[in-house]
Amino acid sequence: MSDAKREILHRVRAALGEARGTQVKIPRDYHYRLVGADVATRADVVALFSERLADSLATVRHVGADELGTAVAAALWGAGVRRLVVPADLPYGWLAELDGVQICADSAAAGVDALTEAAGVVTGCAVAIAQTCTIVLDGGRAQGRRALTLLPGYHLCVVHADQIVGSVPEAIERLDPYRPLTWISGAPAAARLEPGRTEGVRHGPRVLDVLVVDEAAPVRAG
Amino acid sequence: MNGMNGQSQGPAGEWPAAIRTAAAGTPAAAARFSVAAREALGDPRLRRDLRTATTEIRRRRAAATGEVDDWEHLRAAGQAIKDHTLLNLDTYLEEVDRSVTEAGATVHWARNAAEARDIVIGLVAATGQTEAVTMRSAAGAEIGLGEALGAAGIRVHGTESAELIERLERDRPAAGAAPAGDGAGELAAAARSSLSALFQTAKVGLSGANFIVADTGTVVVVESEGNGRMCGTLPQTLITVAGIEKIVPTWADLEVFLQLLPRAGAGERMTPYVSSWTGVTAGDGPGEFHLVLLDNGRTNALADEVGRAALRCIRCSACLDVCPVYERTGAGPYGPVYPGPIGAILTPQLRGVERPLEASLPYASTLCGACADVCPVRIDIPEILVRLRGQVIESRRRRPVPTPEMAMMRSAAWALGDAGRYETTLRQTARWARLLARGGRIRRLPGLLGKWTDARDLPAPPGQTFRAWWRARAAAAARVPRRPGPPPRAPG
Repeated sequence: MSDAKREILHRVRAALGEARGTQVKIPRDYHYRLVGADVATRADVVALFSERLADSLATVRHVGADELGTAVAAALWGAGVRRLVVPADLPYGWLAELDGVQICADSAAAGVDALTEAAGVVTGCAVAIAQTCTIVLDGGRAQGRRALTLLPGYHLCVVHADQIVGSVPEAIERLDPYRPLTWISGAPAAARLEPGRTEGVRHGPRVLDVLVVDEAAPVRAG
Repeated sequence: MNGMNGQSQGPAGEWPAAIRTAAAGTPAAAARFSVAAREALGDPRLRRDLRTATTEIRRRRAAATGEVDDWEHLRAAGQAIKDHTLLNLDTYLEEVDRSVTEAGATVHWARNAAEARDIVIGLVAATGQTEAVTMRSAAGAEIGLGEALGAAGIRVHGTESAELIERLERDRPAAGAAPAGDGAGELAAAARSSLSALFQTAKVGLSGANFIVADTGTVVVVESEGNGRMCGTLPQTLITVAGIEKIVPTWADLEVFLQLLPRAGAGERMTPYVSSWTGVTAGDGPGEFHLVLLDNGRTNALADEVGRAALRCIRCSACLDVCPVYERTGAGPYGPVYPGPIGAILTPQLRGVERPLEASLPYASTLCGACADVCPVRIDIPEILVRLRGQVIESRRRRPVPTPEMAMMRSAAWALGDAGRYETTLRQTARWARLLARGGRIRRLPGLLGKWTDARDLPAPPGQTFRAWWRARAAAAARVPRRPGPPPRAPG
């Protein structure tokens, strides 16, 4: 044990004195799930997610599982992405309808240069939170390493409806803390339109498009 | 001044930009709050910017905390989790040490700022690099990390784009001094690409932390701009400096704090970026991760059973935006550690109340209590301020020459300690005070007492004290036989 560690622990114990080890009862009577008649069903939660997302800077579209390939192609065409980077384990079907887009499968060995050359990235996600309008990536299936969704300017994220939860506590329960997590949340568009203030630029993609796949997906990410 | 761009940049291990800049530039031997505040008060533009920004953020926060009907339950849970952690801090520190190490990272312990700086300098030197990128962190500013690394020959690149944009704006020819629309957009793009290039070549990243989860060894950064994402993802080596009070016991506890911090901080449902990592992950992000746990006075604060509540703080900055003092002075006068009401109770506890700035901070408040009302972990800031005022007075007892206030208080204690002395003093004081009065009001008290009447009149005391009146009344009652009073009057 280092001297500093020993001394800090000693200071802490001395500072607490007799209070040390007191167990404080933690009142956990906050809501674990969303409450209210308007979020009573799964469909309501999914609708809330889409509604809040559409309110933010992201655009959101609902597609059926069989339309996903077409929707991905349309979104990339709309964003003008000609050079695409994707996680190596992205389901092949997602990109089946692409035409005239150069696709590069990412690998950790490739460094970051390959990522900056790409105009856009397509990924899945681990969990999405309706109440806070959040998408969480955990580096699991169809998500790739963190740098992948940090450097390209355009991010198309595919969210399966069964990945959407209502509240933050539900998301915390689903997520694996041992994975590197990135939570991305849209700020309400109105909040960003104020005069008289220098708007800091965010790092990360400038444009986020979201496709919500309505039917239960065959594979769950994570 | 850096204006107000940062106010909505929100929580994170970062303070809003205006605050950060001010904090970084303040020298260690700082002046008393009231002296330092004069400069800020004399700057009308700063005051206007502060008012605009704090008004807007208060509106947003009220909306964000009002829309969830379990907000008070979340606050109570947040308070209890932090209290529990602090009262078991030794246990949780050892658990963090174990879990972070098991996840493949190295834990370092720093008793004070100098030790923390040396550890970081040593770690950067060991990589053979002479450059590093950093996100702004309160802990980094507190220990003066940037300056120390610079002095050690390591170039540190700050990565806040808002600051870079303002620098670019200043450097532009005067003709373009009022950027609007497209001009600002160009600058933003320039800032973005220049920072992006910097990140891709940097091999060492520095960060702060908002939470350290004891049971899993997970470090969490909550931020608006993505600097933490960049620093935590692209470099090969990541060094995080965090105070020992950042610990939460379990992963599930984040379900409380990831609701409290975004809503109380910037009035958002969720902060734009939340990143968490547990040790290192093969093929994703840094290959080497160091966590520096910083004491630097926190155990002093922990020793005070009331004052230790200040260590619950999750650095949301809500108390700053509601504070009528902060709204007029900004961050600068609060000195180099933390600004606002929370700074006024943290700084004196971390650094002691012997020096002028630290001794003046507990008085930099009207005790209106707005800060305690908004605090997401329910820190009773006014209570701690009053307690610290007591400590400031106590520390002055040891001085050979008493302060005028203390001399006055001692005379008062003497006079009030005995009924006879009290009555005599009261009679004498009232007589002299009535001599000073004109038209029932005293406009100017003599000597040092005159400071009190600088801003207000004092009503003249009545000719007769209450005790004298009471005695006279009792004597009169003894002479006149007692009669029953009139029956109580019916209402209406």
